[in-house]
Amino acid sequence: MIKKIAILVVCVLIFAWFVGPVFMIVIASLTPSTEYYKMDQILPRSLTLNHLESLFVRLKGWEATMNSVQVALWSILISFLIGLPAAYVLARYVFKGKNLLRIIVLMTRSFPVLIIAVPLITVYLRIGLNDTILGVSLAHTSMILPFIVIITSGILSGISVEYEEAGMVFGLSRFGSFLRITLPLALPGLAASAIYAFILSWNEVFVAAVLTLVNRTLPAHILNTAMTSPDYFKFAAGTVMAVPAMIFIFFTRKYLMSMWGISLK
Amino acid sequence: MVYKKDPVPFLLFSPLIAYLILFMGIPLIQTFILAFTSPQGPWGNFERLVRSGEFWVTLQNTLVITGIIVPLQLILGLALALFVNQRFKGYLFILYIIAIPLALSDVSASLMSYTVFGYSGLLNKALVMTGLIEFPMYFLGRHVQDRAFWVIIITEIWRATPLVFVILLAGLQAVNKEYLEAADIFGFSKWKKFTRIILPVLRPSMMAALLIRTLFAFQIFGVVWVLNDRGIPVMAGEAYYYQTQLHNPNMASAYGLMIALVSVIISWLYLVFFRPKKYEERGGLA
Repeated sequence: MIKKIAILVVCVLIFAWFVGPVFMIVIASLTPSTEYYKMDQILPRSLTLNHLESLFVRLKGWEATMNSVQVALWSILISFLIGLPAAYVLARYVFKGKNLLRIIVLMTRSFPVLIIAVPLITVYLRIGLNDTILGVSLAHTSMILPFIVIITSGILSGISVEYEEAGMVFGLSRFGSFLRITLPLALPGLAASAIYAFILSWNEVFVAAVLTLVNRTLPAHILNTAMTSPDYFKFAAGTVMAVPAMIFIFFTRKYLMSMWGISLK
Repeated sequence: MVYKKDPVPFLLFSPLIAYLILFMGIPLIQTFILAFTSPQGPWGNFERLVRSGEFWVTLQNTLVITGIIVPLQLILGLALALFVNQRFKGYLFILYIIAIPLALSDVSASLMSYTVFGYSGLLNKALVMTGLIEFPMYFLGRHVQDRAFWVIIITEIWRATPLVFVILLAGLQAVNKEYLEAADIFGFSKWKKFTRIILPVLRPSMMAALLIRTLFAFQIFGVVWVLNDRGIPVMAGEAYYYQTQLHNPNMASAYGLMIALVSVIISWLYLVFFRPKKYEERGGLA
Protein backbone atom coordinates (compact mmCIF):
# COMPACT_ATOMS: atom_id res chain seq x y z
CA MET A 1 0.00 0.00 0.00
CA ILE A 2 2.75 2.43 0.96
CA LYS A 3 4.61 1.44 -2.18
CA LYS A 4 1.54 2.13 -4.29
CA ILE A 5 1.15 5.58 -2.80
CA ALA A 6 4.86 6.26 -3.31
CA ILE A 7 4.57 5.28 -6.98
CA LEU A 8 1.53 7.50 -7.38
CA VAL A 9 3.33 10.47 -5.82
CA VAL A 10 6.35 10.00 -8.08
CA CYS A 11 4.05 9.72 -11.11
CA VAL A 12 2.32 12.97 -10.19
CA LEU A 13 5.68 14.70 -9.80
CA ILE A 14 6.89 13.37 -13.16
CA PHE A 15 3.66 14.47 -14.79
CA ALA A 16 3.90 17.98 -13.35
CA TRP A 17 7.58 18.35 -14.26
CA PHE A 18 7.21 17.26 -17.88
CA VAL A 19 3.70 18.45 -18.74
CA GLY A 20 3.81 21.66 -16.71
CA PRO A 21 5.96 23.80 -19.02
CA VAL A 22 4.10 22.55 -22.11
CA PHE A 23 0.78 23.38 -20.50
CA MET A 24 2.08 26.79 -19.41
CA ILE A 25 3.18 27.82 -22.90
CA VAL A 26 -0.06 26.69 -24.54
CA ILE A 27 -2.05 28.64 -21.93
CA ALA A 28 0.28 31.65 -22.20
CA SER A 29 -0.17 31.74 -25.97
CA LEU A 30 -3.93 32.00 -25.43
CA THR A 31 -3.88 34.46 -22.53
CA PRO A 32 -4.74 38.12 -23.18
CA SER A 33 -1.66 40.23 -22.45
CA THR A 34 -3.35 42.30 -19.75
CA GLU A 35 -4.08 39.14 -17.81
CA TYR A 36 -0.63 37.64 -18.38
CA TYR A 37 1.10 40.59 -16.78
CA LYS A 38 -1.05 40.52 -13.65
CA MET A 39 1.23 39.19 -10.96
CA ASP A 40 -1.57 37.76 -8.85
CA GLN A 41 -3.15 35.66 -11.58
CA ILE A 42 -1.72 32.44 -13.02
CA LEU A 43 -4.57 31.06 -15.08
CA PRO A 44 -6.44 33.34 -17.48
CA ARG A 45 -10.15 34.04 -17.11
CA SER A 46 -10.63 34.49 -20.83
CA LEU A 47 -8.79 33.08 -23.82
CA THR A 48 -7.82 34.79 -27.05
CA LEU A 49 -6.48 33.73 -30.43
CA ASN A 50 -5.03 37.19 -31.08
CA HIS A 51 -1.44 36.19 -30.36
CA LEU A 52 -1.48 33.25 -32.73
CA GLU A 53 -3.18 35.40 -35.32
CA SER A 54 -0.60 38.17 -35.10
CA LEU A 55 2.24 35.64 -35.18
CA PHE A 56 0.88 34.15 -38.37
CA VAL A 57 -0.43 37.26 -40.08
CA ARG A 58 1.74 40.19 -38.98
CA LEU A 59 4.96 38.56 -37.84
CA LYS A 60 5.67 36.27 -40.81
CA GLY A 61 4.92 33.15 -38.80
CA TRP A 62 2.84 31.55 -41.53
CA GLU A 63 5.55 31.86 -44.20
CA ALA A 64 8.13 30.55 -41.76
CA THR A 65 5.93 27.59 -40.83
CA MET A 66 5.36 26.75 -44.48
CA ASN A 67 9.09 27.03 -45.13
CA SER A 68 9.77 24.64 -42.27
CA VAL A 69 7.26 22.13 -43.58
CA GLN A 70 8.70 22.29 -47.07
CA VAL A 71 12.27 21.92 -45.83
CA ALA A 72 11.28 18.90 -43.76
CA LEU A 73 9.38 17.22 -46.61
CA TRP A 74 12.23 17.74 -49.08
CA SER A 75 14.72 16.42 -46.54
CA ILE A 76 12.63 13.30 -45.96
CA LEU A 77 12.24 12.69 -49.70
CA ILE A 78 15.95 13.04 -50.45
CA SER A 79 16.96 11.06 -47.37
CA PHE A 80 14.76 8.14 -48.34
CA LEU A 81 15.78 8.16 -52.00
CA ILE A 82 19.42 7.92 -51.00
CA GLY A 83 19.18 6.21 -47.64
CA LEU A 84 16.81 3.37 -48.38
CA PRO A 85 18.98 1.62 -51.01
CA ALA A 86 21.97 1.92 -48.68
CA ALA A 87 19.93 0.53 -45.79
CA TYR A 88 18.85 -2.37 -47.99
CA VAL A 89 22.48 -3.17 -48.72
CA LEU A 90 23.36 -3.19 -45.02
CA ALA A 91 20.35 -5.35 -44.20
CA ARG A 92 20.55 -7.90 -47.00
CA TYR A 93 23.96 -8.24 -48.60
CA VAL A 94 27.09 -9.91 -47.31
CA PHE A 95 30.32 -8.74 -48.87
CA LYS A 96 33.83 -7.70 -48.06
CA GLY A 97 34.12 -4.16 -46.80
CA LYS A 98 30.57 -4.01 -45.49
CA ASN A 99 31.83 -3.42 -42.00
CA LEU A 100 33.69 -0.36 -43.19
CA LEU A 101 30.51 1.02 -44.75
CA ARG A 102 28.68 0.46 -41.51
CA ILE A 103 31.35 2.26 -39.53
CA ILE A 104 31.19 5.19 -41.97
CA VAL A 105 27.46 5.50 -41.36
CA LEU A 106 27.89 5.26 -37.59
CA MET A 107 30.66 7.86 -37.63
CA THR A 108 28.70 10.36 -39.68
CA ARG A 109 25.79 10.07 -37.29
CA SER A 110 27.71 12.04 -34.70
CA PHE A 111 29.04 14.54 -37.24
CA PRO A 112 28.38 18.04 -35.89
CA VAL A 113 26.18 19.27 -38.74
CA LEU A 114 26.45 22.87 -37.64
CA ILE A 115 29.97 23.18 -39.01
CA ILE A 116 28.90 22.56 -42.62
CA ALA A 117 26.63 25.62 -42.63
CA VAL A 118 29.37 28.24 -42.93
CA PRO A 119 31.24 26.73 -45.91
CA LEU A 120 27.96 25.88 -47.64
CA ILE A 121 27.04 29.58 -47.83
CA THR A 122 29.87 30.28 -50.28
CA VAL A 123 28.98 27.28 -52.40
CA TYR A 124 25.30 28.16 -52.35
CA LEU A 125 26.00 31.76 -53.38
CA ARG A 126 27.86 30.46 -56.41
CA ILE A 127 25.14 28.05 -57.53
CA GLY A 128 22.18 30.17 -56.53
CA LEU A 129 20.98 28.05 -53.62
CA ASN A 130 21.55 30.67 -50.94
CA ASP A 131 18.49 31.53 -48.87
CA THR A 132 16.41 28.80 -50.52
CA ILE A 133 14.25 25.99 -49.21
CA LEU A 134 16.20 23.44 -51.21
CA GLY A 135 19.51 24.68 -49.85
CA VAL A 136 18.44 24.15 -46.25
CA SER A 137 16.87 20.79 -47.16
CA LEU A 138 20.11 19.53 -48.68
CA ALA A 139 22.01 20.49 -45.52
CA HIS A 140 19.37 18.92 -43.29
CA THR A 141 19.50 15.75 -45.38
CA SER A 142 23.14 15.24 -44.50
CA MET A 143 22.16 15.37 -40.83
CA ILE A 144 19.18 13.02 -41.30
CA LEU A 145 20.69 10.47 -43.69
CA PRO A 146 22.79 8.48 -41.19
CA PHE A 147 19.80 8.09 -38.89
CA ILE A 148 17.52 7.01 -41.73
CA VAL A 149 20.06 4.41 -42.87
CA ILE A 150 20.52 3.05 -39.35
CA ILE A 151 16.82 2.92 -38.50
CA THR A 152 15.55 1.59 -41.83
CA SER A 153 18.24 -1.07 -42.11
CA GLY A 154 17.09 -2.24 -38.69
CA ILE A 155 13.52 -2.38 -39.96
CA LEU A 156 14.45 -4.19 -43.16
CA SER A 157 16.54 -6.81 -41.44
CA GLY A 158 13.62 -7.44 -39.12
CA ILE A 159 11.65 -8.68 -42.12
CA SER A 160 12.63 -12.20 -43.00
CA VAL A 161 14.60 -12.48 -46.22
CA GLU A 162 12.75 -15.71 -46.97
CA TYR A 163 9.62 -13.84 -48.03
CA GLU A 164 11.67 -12.02 -50.60
CA GLU A 165 13.31 -15.21 -51.79
CA ALA A 166 9.92 -16.86 -52.10
CA GLY A 167 8.84 -13.98 -54.32
CA MET A 168 11.90 -14.51 -56.45
CA VAL A 169 11.15 -18.22 -56.76
CA PHE A 170 7.75 -17.27 -58.14
CA GLY A 171 9.33 -15.15 -60.81
CA LEU A 172 9.67 -11.68 -59.31
CA SER A 173 12.90 -9.81 -59.87
CA ARG A 174 14.95 -8.87 -56.84
CA PHE A 175 13.70 -5.30 -57.07
CA GLY A 176 10.15 -6.45 -57.77
CA SER A 177 10.12 -8.67 -54.75
CA PHE A 178 11.47 -5.84 -52.59
CA LEU A 179 8.77 -3.54 -53.92
CA ARG A 180 5.88 -5.99 -53.64
CA ILE A 181 6.81 -7.90 -50.50
CA THR A 182 9.35 -6.24 -48.22
CA LEU A 183 8.30 -2.64 -48.72
CA PRO A 184 4.63 -3.11 -47.75
CA LEU A 185 5.71 -5.04 -44.65
CA ALA A 186 8.18 -2.33 -43.72
CA LEU A 187 5.78 0.53 -44.34
CA PRO A 188 4.66 1.28 -40.76
CA GLY A 189 8.25 1.37 -39.57
CA LEU A 190 9.30 3.47 -42.53
CA ALA A 191 6.48 5.91 -41.81
CA ALA A 192 7.67 6.20 -38.23
CA SER A 193 11.22 6.88 -39.36
CA ALA A 194 9.95 9.51 -41.81
CA ILE A 195 8.29 11.22 -38.87
CA TYR A 196 11.52 11.00 -36.93
CA ALA A 197 13.25 12.66 -39.88
CA PHE A 198 10.54 15.33 -39.97
CA ILE A 199 11.14 16.16 -36.32
CA LEU A 200 14.93 16.32 -36.79
CA SER A 201 14.53 18.82 -39.61
CA TRP A 202 11.63 20.76 -38.05
CA ASN A 203 13.68 21.31 -34.90
CA GLU A 204 17.07 22.12 -36.44
CA VAL A 205 17.95 25.75 -35.91
CA PHE A 206 21.65 26.52 -36.38
CA VAL A 207 22.06 25.48 -40.02
CA ALA A 208 18.69 26.91 -41.00
CA ALA A 209 19.46 30.23 -39.33
CA VAL A 210 22.88 30.52 -40.96
CA LEU A 211 21.74 29.50 -44.45
CA THR A 212 18.66 31.71 -44.69
CA LEU A 213 17.99 35.41 -44.52
CA VAL A 214 14.50 36.04 -45.86
CA ASN A 215 13.16 32.52 -46.33
CA ARG A 216 13.58 31.63 -42.68
CA THR A 217 12.32 28.37 -41.25
CA LEU A 218 10.23 28.71 -38.11
CA PRO A 219 12.97 28.02 -35.54
CA ALA A 220 15.39 30.28 -37.44
CA HIS A 221 12.75 33.00 -37.53
CA ILE A 222 12.09 32.67 -33.82
CA LEU A 223 15.80 32.56 -32.96
CA ASN A 224 16.38 35.84 -34.77
CA THR A 225 13.38 37.67 -33.42
CA ALA A 226 12.73 36.14 -30.00
CA MET A 227 14.99 38.45 -27.99
CA THR A 228 13.43 41.60 -29.40
CA SER A 229 9.86 40.36 -29.69
CA PRO A 230 7.03 40.84 -27.22
CA ASP A 231 6.35 37.95 -24.86
CA TYR A 232 3.19 36.85 -26.62
CA PHE A 233 5.19 36.24 -29.80
CA LYS A 234 7.46 33.87 -27.88
CA PHE A 235 4.55 31.93 -26.44
CA ALA A 236 2.66 31.69 -29.71
CA ALA A 237 5.82 30.66 -31.59
CA GLY A 238 6.83 28.11 -28.95
CA THR A 239 3.37 26.58 -29.06
CA VAL A 240 3.27 26.40 -32.85
CA MET A 241 6.68 24.72 -32.88
CA ALA A 242 5.66 22.21 -30.23
CA VAL A 243 2.33 21.09 -31.67
CA PRO A 244 3.45 18.96 -34.66
CA ALA A 245 6.19 17.41 -32.55
CA MET A 246 3.66 16.37 -29.92
CA ILE A 247 1.20 14.99 -32.45
CA PHE A 248 3.89 12.99 -34.15
CA ILE A 249 5.25 11.56 -30.97
CA PHE A 250 1.75 10.49 -30.07
CA PHE A 251 1.32 8.60 -33.32
CA THR A 252 4.76 6.99 -33.25
CA ARG A 253 4.79 6.23 -29.53
CA LYS A 254 5.14 2.50 -30.25
CA TYR A 255 8.42 3.21 -31.98
CA LEU A 256 9.86 5.49 -29.29
CA MET A 257 12.37 2.98 -28.03
CA SER A 258 13.44 1.73 -31.41
CA MET A 259 13.93 5.20 -32.86
CA TRP A 260 15.50 7.18 -30.07
CA GLY A 261 16.74 4.24 -28.06
CA ILE A 262 18.44 2.24 -30.76
CA SER A 263 19.40 4.70 -33.44
CA LEU A 264 21.58 6.48 -30.93
CA LYS A 265 23.18 3.42 -29.44
CA MET B 1 23.40 -15.01 -48.74
CA VAL B 2 26.74 -14.51 -50.39
CA TYR B 3 27.03 -12.53 -53.57
CA LYS B 4 30.67 -12.41 -54.51
CA LYS B 5 31.83 -9.63 -56.80
CA ASP B 6 28.27 -8.48 -57.21
CA PRO B 7 28.33 -4.79 -58.18
CA VAL B 8 24.75 -4.21 -57.05
CA PRO B 9 25.42 -3.47 -53.35
CA PHE B 10 28.09 -0.96 -54.28
CA LEU B 11 25.81 0.67 -56.81
CA LEU B 12 23.04 0.93 -54.23
CA PHE B 13 25.40 2.29 -51.60
CA SER B 14 27.27 4.77 -53.79
CA PRO B 15 24.65 7.58 -53.75
CA LEU B 16 24.95 7.69 -49.97
CA ILE B 17 28.72 7.87 -50.12
CA ALA B 18 28.55 10.54 -52.82
CA TYR B 19 26.12 12.58 -50.75
CA LEU B 20 28.22 12.30 -47.62
CA ILE B 21 31.31 13.38 -49.51
CA LEU B 22 29.48 16.30 -51.10
CA PHE B 23 27.70 17.54 -48.00
CA MET B 24 30.01 16.49 -45.20
CA GLY B 25 33.47 15.74 -46.56
CA ILE B 26 33.94 18.74 -48.81
CA PRO B 27 32.35 21.27 -46.41
CA LEU B 28 34.60 19.88 -43.68
CA ILE B 29 37.67 20.49 -45.85
CA GLN B 30 36.39 23.98 -46.66
CA THR B 31 35.93 24.63 -42.95
CA PHE B 32 39.61 23.77 -42.49
CA ILE B 33 40.59 26.10 -45.34
CA LEU B 34 38.43 28.92 -44.00
CA ALA B 35 39.68 28.48 -40.46
CA PHE B 36 43.30 28.53 -41.59
CA THR B 37 42.84 31.63 -43.75
CA SER B 38 43.40 35.04 -42.22
CA PRO B 39 45.28 38.25 -43.04
CA GLN B 40 47.88 37.19 -40.46
CA GLY B 41 48.70 33.87 -42.08
CA PRO B 42 47.33 30.37 -41.57
CA TRP B 43 47.35 30.42 -37.78
CA GLY B 44 45.99 33.96 -37.49
CA ASN B 45 42.45 33.00 -36.48
CA PHE B 46 43.64 30.59 -33.85
CA GLU B 47 46.16 33.06 -32.46
CA ARG B 48 43.34 35.54 -32.19
CA LEU B 49 41.24 32.92 -30.43
CA VAL B 50 43.88 31.93 -27.93
CA ARG B 51 44.81 35.54 -27.15
CA SER B 52 41.25 36.71 -26.67
CA GLY B 53 39.85 36.28 -23.22
CA GLU B 54 36.48 35.65 -24.82
CA PHE B 55 37.47 32.31 -26.27
CA TRP B 56 38.59 30.95 -22.92
CA VAL B 57 35.40 32.15 -21.27
CA THR B 58 33.42 30.49 -24.06
CA LEU B 59 35.32 27.23 -23.80
CA GLN B 60 34.99 27.27 -20.04
CA ASN B 61 31.23 27.93 -20.20
CA THR B 62 30.71 25.11 -22.68
CA LEU B 63 32.78 22.68 -20.64
CA VAL B 64 31.15 23.64 -17.34
CA ILE B 65 27.65 23.34 -18.81
CA THR B 66 28.54 19.95 -20.32
CA GLY B 67 30.17 18.85 -17.08
CA ILE B 68 27.10 19.73 -15.04
CA ILE B 69 24.26 18.59 -17.29
CA VAL B 70 25.60 15.29 -18.61
CA PRO B 71 26.14 13.54 -15.26
CA LEU B 72 22.86 14.91 -13.91
CA GLN B 73 20.99 13.75 -16.99
CA LEU B 74 22.54 10.32 -16.66
CA ILE B 75 21.54 9.99 -13.00
CA LEU B 76 18.01 11.32 -13.53
CA GLY B 77 17.56 9.31 -16.73
CA LEU B 78 18.65 6.15 -14.93
CA ALA B 79 16.35 6.83 -12.01
CA LEU B 80 13.40 7.41 -14.35
CA ALA B 81 14.21 4.30 -16.39
CA LEU B 82 14.42 2.11 -13.29
CA PHE B 83 11.20 3.61 -12.02
CA VAL B 84 9.24 3.05 -15.23
CA ASN B 85 10.76 -0.40 -15.68
CA GLN B 86 8.91 -1.59 -12.58
CA ARG B 87 5.94 -1.77 -14.94
CA PHE B 88 3.37 -0.63 -12.41
CA LYS B 89 -0.16 -0.11 -13.63
CA GLY B 90 -0.19 2.75 -16.12
CA TYR B 91 3.58 2.79 -16.65
CA LEU B 92 3.13 3.26 -20.40
CA PHE B 93 1.30 6.53 -19.83
CA ILE B 94 4.18 7.82 -17.71
CA LEU B 95 6.63 6.62 -20.34
CA TYR B 96 4.90 8.74 -22.99
CA ILE B 97 4.75 11.70 -20.62
CA ILE B 98 8.50 11.52 -20.06
CA ALA B 99 8.99 11.22 -23.82
CA ILE B 100 7.32 14.58 -24.53
CA PRO B 101 10.51 16.68 -24.64
CA LEU B 102 12.13 14.16 -27.02
CA ALA B 103 10.37 15.66 -29.99
CA LEU B 104 10.64 19.27 -28.83
CA SER B 105 13.30 21.52 -30.27
CA ASP B 106 15.73 23.40 -28.11
CA VAL B 107 14.10 26.65 -29.26
CA SER B 108 10.63 25.51 -28.27
CA ALA B 109 11.86 24.07 -24.97
CA SER B 110 13.61 27.33 -24.09
CA LEU B 111 10.45 29.30 -24.78
CA MET B 112 8.59 26.94 -22.45
CA SER B 113 11.25 27.55 -19.85
CA TYR B 114 10.64 31.26 -20.39
CA THR B 115 7.00 30.85 -19.37
CA VAL B 116 8.31 29.68 -16.00
CA PHE B 117 11.39 31.88 -15.52
CA GLY B 118 10.33 35.03 -17.37
CA TYR B 119 9.73 38.26 -15.47
CA SER B 120 5.99 37.61 -15.45
CA GLY B 121 6.51 33.88 -15.45
CA LEU B 122 5.06 31.17 -13.29
CA LEU B 123 7.88 31.15 -10.74
CA ASN B 124 7.75 34.90 -10.10
CA LYS B 125 3.97 34.81 -9.83
CA ALA B 126 4.12 31.91 -7.40
CA LEU B 127 6.79 33.62 -5.29
CA VAL B 128 4.90 36.89 -5.20
CA MET B 129 1.54 35.28 -4.51
CA THR B 130 2.90 33.24 -1.62
CA GLY B 131 4.53 36.37 -0.26
CA LEU B 132 8.07 34.99 -0.37
CA ILE B 133 9.19 38.03 -2.34
CA GLU B 134 7.52 41.39 -2.62
CA PHE B 135 8.44 42.24 -6.18
CA PRO B 136 9.19 39.92 -9.09
CA MET B 137 12.87 39.27 -9.73
CA TYR B 138 14.87 38.71 -12.88
CA PHE B 139 16.02 35.19 -13.66
CA LEU B 140 17.23 35.97 -17.15
CA GLY B 141 19.30 38.76 -18.61
CA ARG B 142 22.86 39.95 -18.76
CA HIS B 143 22.81 41.56 -15.35
CA VAL B 144 21.84 38.33 -13.58
CA GLN B 145 24.18 35.89 -15.28
CA ASP B 146 24.44 33.48 -12.35
CA ARG B 147 20.70 32.95 -12.33
CA ALA B 148 20.50 32.76 -16.12
CA PHE B 149 23.21 30.10 -16.04
CA TRP B 150 21.11 27.91 -13.77
CA VAL B 151 17.98 28.52 -15.81
CA ILE B 152 19.88 27.22 -18.83
CA ILE B 153 21.05 24.18 -16.87
CA ILE B 154 17.51 23.39 -15.69
CA THR B 155 16.12 23.85 -19.20
CA GLU B 156 18.73 21.52 -20.68
CA ILE B 157 18.04 18.92 -18.02
CA TRP B 158 14.31 19.16 -18.64
CA ARG B 159 14.80 18.91 -22.39
CA ALA B 160 17.43 16.21 -22.76
CA THR B 161 17.03 13.84 -19.81
CA PRO B 162 14.26 11.95 -21.68
CA LEU B 163 16.76 10.99 -24.38
CA VAL B 164 18.99 9.35 -21.78
CA PHE B 165 15.89 7.81 -20.23
CA VAL B 166 14.78 6.18 -23.49
CA ILE B 167 18.23 4.79 -24.27
CA LEU B 168 18.57 3.36 -20.75
CA LEU B 169 15.04 1.95 -20.72
CA ALA B 170 15.80 0.17 -24.00
CA GLY B 171 18.99 -1.13 -22.38
CA LEU B 172 17.11 -2.37 -19.31
CA GLN B 173 15.06 -4.70 -21.50
CA ALA B 174 18.25 -6.70 -21.98
CA VAL B 175 18.42 -7.60 -18.29
CA ASN B 176 17.61 -11.29 -18.10
CA LYS B 177 14.82 -12.01 -15.59
CA GLU B 178 16.39 -15.37 -14.75
CA TYR B 179 19.53 -13.69 -13.44
CA LEU B 180 17.40 -11.65 -11.08
CA GLU B 181 15.49 -14.74 -9.97
CA ALA B 182 18.74 -16.57 -9.36
CA ALA B 183 19.95 -13.60 -7.36
CA ASP B 184 16.81 -13.79 -5.26
CA ILE B 185 17.51 -17.44 -4.50
CA PHE B 186 21.00 -16.53 -3.34
CA GLY B 187 19.56 -13.81 -1.18
CA PHE B 188 21.07 -10.80 -2.97
CA SER B 189 19.97 -7.50 -1.56
CA LYS B 190 18.30 -5.00 -3.90
CA TRP B 191 21.44 -2.90 -3.96
CA LYS B 192 23.60 -5.91 -4.76
CA LYS B 193 21.26 -6.92 -7.60
CA PHE B 194 21.52 -3.41 -8.95
CA THR B 195 25.30 -3.18 -8.82
CA ARG B 196 26.13 -6.78 -9.79
CA ILE B 197 23.49 -7.56 -12.41
CA ILE B 198 21.66 -4.51 -13.72
CA LEU B 199 24.54 -2.06 -13.95
CA PRO B 200 26.91 -4.37 -15.90
CA VAL B 201 24.18 -5.22 -18.44
CA LEU B 202 23.30 -1.55 -18.72
CA ARG B 203 26.87 -0.40 -19.19
CA PRO B 204 26.90 -0.24 -23.01
CA SER B 205 23.66 1.76 -23.03
CA MET B 206 25.00 4.07 -20.36
CA MET B 207 28.18 4.69 -22.30
CA ALA B 208 26.16 5.34 -25.47
CA ALA B 209 23.87 7.78 -23.68
CA LEU B 210 26.81 9.44 -21.98
CA LEU B 211 28.71 9.99 -25.19
CA ILE B 212 25.76 11.07 -27.31
CA ARG B 213 24.80 13.58 -24.66
CA THR B 214 28.38 14.82 -24.31
CA LEU B 215 28.53 15.40 -28.06
CA PHE B 216 25.29 17.33 -28.16
CA ALA B 217 25.98 19.22 -24.94
CA PHE B 218 29.19 20.48 -26.43
CA GLN B 219 27.19 21.84 -29.37
CA ILE B 220 24.64 23.57 -27.12
CA PHE B 221 23.24 26.59 -28.91
CA GLY B 222 19.48 27.13 -29.15
CA VAL B 223 18.72 27.12 -25.43
CA VAL B 224 21.51 29.54 -24.58
CA TRP B 225 20.80 31.86 -27.49
CA VAL B 226 17.04 32.08 -27.02
CA LEU B 227 17.16 32.49 -23.24
CA ASN B 228 20.17 34.70 -22.82
CA ASP B 229 21.59 35.80 -26.16
CA ARG B 230 25.37 36.16 -25.85
CA GLY B 231 25.19 36.78 -22.13
CA ILE B 232 26.74 33.40 -21.52
CA PRO B 233 28.85 32.70 -24.62
CA VAL B 234 29.18 29.08 -25.76
CA MET B 235 31.15 27.55 -28.63
CA ALA B 236 28.34 27.14 -31.16
CA GLY B 237 26.87 30.50 -30.16
CA GLU B 238 30.16 32.24 -30.93
CA ALA B 239 30.39 30.49 -34.30
CA TYR B 240 26.88 31.75 -35.06
CA TYR B 241 27.71 35.25 -33.81
CA TYR B 242 30.86 35.55 -35.89
CA GLN B 243 29.08 34.27 -38.99
CA THR B 244 25.79 36.15 -38.87
CA GLN B 245 26.62 39.33 -36.95
CA LEU B 246 30.28 39.98 -37.75
CA HIS B 247 30.23 38.29 -41.18
CA ASN B 248 33.54 36.64 -40.46
CA PRO B 249 33.31 33.08 -41.81
CA ASN B 250 36.95 32.47 -40.95
CA MET B 251 36.54 32.96 -37.22
CA ALA B 252 33.20 31.14 -37.36
CA SER B 253 34.99 28.21 -38.98
CA ALA B 254 37.72 28.29 -36.37
CA TYR B 255 35.06 27.89 -33.69
CA GLY B 256 33.32 25.24 -35.79
CA LEU B 257 36.55 23.34 -36.13
CA MET B 258 37.05 23.33 -32.37
CA ILE B 259 33.58 21.78 -31.98
CA ALA B 260 34.36 19.24 -34.69
CA LEU B 261 37.67 18.38 -33.08
CA VAL B 262 36.06 17.63 -29.74
CA SER B 263 33.31 15.61 -31.49
CA VAL B 264 35.87 13.55 -33.36
CA ILE B 265 37.80 12.81 -30.18
CA ILE B 266 34.64 11.81 -28.32
CA SER B 267 33.30 9.60 -31.14
CA TRP B 268 36.69 8.03 -31.61
CA LEU B 269 36.88 7.12 -27.94
CA TYR B 270 33.41 5.68 -28.27
CA LEU B 271 34.17 3.54 -31.32
CA VAL B 272 37.40 2.27 -29.84
CA PHE B 273 36.14 1.37 -26.40
CA PHE B 274 32.47 0.58 -26.88
CA ARG B 275 32.05 -0.64 -30.41
CA PRO B 276 28.30 -1.05 -30.87
CA LYS B 277 26.81 -4.33 -31.94
CA LYS B 278 25.96 -4.78 -35.58
CA TYR B 279 22.61 -3.10 -35.68
CA GLU B 280 20.85 -5.52 -38.01
CA GLU B 281 21.57 -8.27 -35.50
CA ARG B 282 19.41 -6.45 -33.05
CA GLY B 283 16.41 -7.23 -35.16
CA GLY B 284 13.66 -4.96 -36.30
CA LEU B 285 11.46 -2.56 -34.47
CA ALA B 286 9.94 -4.07 -31.40
